[in-house]
Amino acid sequence: MPDATGLELVAQSLRERLGDESIVRTTYFREQATLEVRPQAARAVLAFLRDDADEPYDFLASLHGCDYHPQEPRLGVHYQLLSTVRAERLGVKTRVPVAMPQVPSVVDLFPGANFQEREVFDFFGVIFQGHPDLRRTHMPEDYEGHPQRRDFPIGGEPVLFTFNEHESPRWYD
Amino acid sequence: MEITRQKVDGATAPEDLRVRQLRARQMLRGELDDAELDEYVESRVLATTLKSAGEWVQNWGRANALFPATFGLACCAMEHISAIGSPRNDLSRFGAEVSRASPRQADLLILSGRVSIKMAPVIRRLYDQMLEPKWVISMGACASSAGMFNNYALVAGADRFLPVDVYVPGCPPRPEALIYGIIKLQKKIKGHPDAGWRERYGAHGTEERA
Repeated sequence: MPDATGLELVAQSLRERLGDESIVRTTYFREQATLEVRPQAARAVLAFLRDDADEPYDFLASLHGCDYHPQEPRLGVHYQLLSTVRAERLGVKTRVPVAMPQVPSVVDLFPGANFQEREVFDFFGVIFQGHPDLRRTHMPEDYEGHPQRRDFPIGGEPVLFTFNEHESPRWYD
Repeated sequence: MEITRQKVDGATAPEDLRVRQLRARQMLRGELDDAELDEYVESRVLATTLKSAGEWVQNWGRANALFPATFGLACCAMEHISAIGSPRNDLSRFGAEVSRASPRQADLLILSGRVSIKMAPVIRRLYDQMLEPKWVISMGACASSAGMFNNYALVAGADRFLPVDVYVPGCPPRPEALIYGIIKLQKKIKGHPDAGWRERYGAHGTEERA
């Protein structure tokens, strides 16, 4: 883990390289270092951290989505980077609004991100620009909507318990 | 065997059935004399016993040589595997252990686990590829009714898209429960097609004639 000082050093080198506005904030919470970046800068940040940083992170351990409803911007994409040399982890987060959920793809940097970006697209509807084959992974091809968004109806059928028995009178017929 | 529903009354019943009914009434009233009675009994008994004996043998063979498809969906599949494969539960004692890796060779589909909406068309295709006569056991709460899941991904009951013969409750059912379900199915195949539901539902008088 980079400590809080290390995280600020990483953030400072990113600001020098990519401009001040590319890094939104840094958080250091329970020994976990996280950079929050603008979505347009996400790919450049990851490319810098992989190749040009003083202490590079060579492995993308995880890429996943998140819905911060009702906060805005709602959708989040989280990258967990790992340095296999130093055994250090660094989180990179980015947030996009539902109206324009576009994040540059990092498949060319980390090929393992391919299916994970497809999964985030499937469940949250984040569009990864430059992805070679952005299709659904889990839901059927003709499914409408992105079911892990928090405003998506839960679907299924109401289960009959004693507390909601009165809502379907004479269910036993 | 062709199954037709026949309404029993003089105007619309087939000639053959009507004649048989009248003959039976005569017999009950004692109006048939000896020679005629012997001839009638001989013809009827020979025909019906041969036919039913043939069917009995056929059904007995089918019931005791079930070929389940090698097919599991979720956690119930562990109990399914244990019921079929393990020496403790050894399903071959009941003649249903020859698990076939192709639906073309199987005649029993055990739906062991939750059925997602993406899997449902696949299962339906597997079912359509199976040989007739074929049977389906819905194993566990999920395959029968989506169980504890109430969400966008699952089909609430496999009987939405294919006919199910036996439902095995449980989450998951123990191997003994699955074996009990298979024995129920064997009884059904062996000529108790209703498996007792007419008694439970008071549905006598709705039988269909062969």
